[in-house]
Amino acid sequence: MATAEHKHPNYMAIFWYLAILTVVEIAVIYMPLAKFTIGVLLCSLALGKAVLVAMYFMHLRFETRALGLVAITPLVIATLLIFVLLPDGFAVMKRTVGVKAATTEPAKH
Amino acid sequence: MSQVASMHGAVEPAESPLTPESWGKLGMWIFLAGDAVGFGTLLAGYGAMRATSADWPSPYAVLGINLTALMTFLLICSSVTMVKGLEWLGKGDKSKAIRFLFFTALGGAIFVSLQAYEWTHLIHRGLHINGNPWGASLFGVTGGVIYLLAIMRVVARRPSPAASYNPVEIAGLYWHFVDLVWIMVFTFMYLL
Repeated sequence: MATAEHKHPNYMAIFWYLAILTVVEIAVIYMPLAKFTIGVLLCSLALGKAVLVAMYFMHLRFETRALGLVAITPLVIATLLIFVLLPDGFAVMKRTVGVKAATTEPAKH
Repeated sequence: MSQVASMHGAVEPAESPLTPESWGKLGMWIFLAGDAVGFGTLLAGYGAMRATSADWPSPYAVLGINLTALMTFLLICSSVTMVKGLEWLGKGDKSKAIRFLFFTALGGAIFVSLQAYEWTHLIHRGLHINGNPWGASLFGVTGGVIYLLAIMRVVARRPSPAASYNPVEIAGLYWHFVDLVWIMVFTFMYLL
């Protein structure tokens, strides 16, 4: 097995993609955009970088599909965790920024 | 499964169906998956605390973006030297592989020093925190540097470059994962 040919992508190309994405990320925070848009842009850029690292540096692209499932599981769990924390988050928010929450939410009584 | 077992008898299978090269690679991936859940939890906790806080400061107004951007770039570079080292090892050039592994460890060491500098700076300004992803990634890199130095010794000691290809690839997985976590930390804790 050790003598089998190892696949190596063009690592320098990946390096340039990562470098460019990092520069774009820093540029984005100074752009005159809505906070939400900046957040979405930053998240997608970070995810793009992470995918590049996992697929090419960690060779996930050349591995079996099942190993890909092992690798993607934490991302799914972490994403679900955000939803798990939402109810508690809203409860705290109502206390800390009660006035703001009261104006944006419909009255319940 | 029983068919496979009877075919091979009592001998332990040499290959994992998930990672045909070695079980070690599968082991590292599973470790990293567990580690990733840990980091994911820390980041989600950070997000929840920040989202529900009424007066969370803007990170890039408090933390130095330039130095951190430089550190991010440094880690990306060290990931490239890591894969280059692996590539040279695949081509059978042991000394070039060791040289690139050394560059990778050096990049990690510089990263740790810059982090230490930034931390002392922040502590002097009255910040005392522990147990956040930011600090955890620092431990990740420190461990990684030690791991890389150990792997360099493995490569140097084994006569055949092919024999050390797998351990180096597994070490690379760890190193790139640290890079990946830092990409997330940089985005979520410094930029966002």
